[in-house]
Amino acid sequence: MNTLADFTFVSTLLFAIGIYGLIVKKNALRLLFAVEIMINAANLNFIAFNTFLWPNAVGQTFVLFSIALAAAEASVILAIVVVAYRLHKDVDVSELKTLGG
Amino acid sequence: MADLLFIAVTAITVGGAVLALESTEMVYAAVALAGSLFGIAAFFFLLNAPYVAVFQITVYVGAVAVLILFTVMLVRQEKWMKEATYSLARLFGILAAAAIAATFALSFAASRLYDLPAQQNTPTFFEIGQLISTNLSPILLVLALVLAASVLGAITLAKVEREEH
Repeated sequence: MNTLADFTFVSTLLFAIGIYGLIVKKNALRLLFAVEIMINAANLNFIAFNTFLWPNAVGQTFVLFSIALAAAEASVILAIVVVAYRLHKDVDVSELKTLGG
Repeated sequence: MADLLFIAVTAITVGGAVLALESTEMVYAAVALAGSLFGIAAFFFLLNAPYVAVFQITVYVGAVAVLILFTVMLVRQEKWMKEATYSLARLFGILAAAAIAATFALSFAASRLYDLPAQQNTPTFFEIGQLISTNLSPILLVLALVLAASVLGAITLAKVEREEH
């Protein structure tokens, strides 16, 4: 039988992978991948604690809203990536200096 | 003790996440990310949350992954295949990730929450739908506005300006 520790361990592992991606990668799309992985780790943690400690509809609804917000965030980031590619012909974040104002 | 299904889903999820960040071909990385998101949905099924799992598959694997895949195909370049990651940055990243993972894992392991038995009463589809349409309906409305604003913003950003003659 799976315990709460197993799910939190997987969630921690995913979060650490996301941190690694955020630190190492320079490609804007890879950064988006890393952020998505971290958001999913947080959602997994939410559902795991909700199921094991206090199973109710509110906790699951919270994750539904979180998923919808993450989708909105992804659409905006992808639009910014397309614009950056159109302006610079590359999506390397260390090259995108004009975004700094 | 974890059972075999849990280990298989863990392998898919974590392997997909690693491949999404480390695969040299960007299209494969996007597909691996979709696999990882699908693994998260499988975890939701294991945790007795089928509504959230189906929502995850619909929104993430169905919409976000396809959106990412099309963007990757739009902006992909040959030189990404041999993108150089500085070994010092990689070492620092691995160290930071390991430190954070160790901190979380040790603090979770020290807590006594894990002795609790798994709960049996799970919320039904009816309860979730009732909650969304009654008590939490203002949040749903605000969320709809946020989604509309983000889509409109994305369209405005990506719109091609027509040249004046």
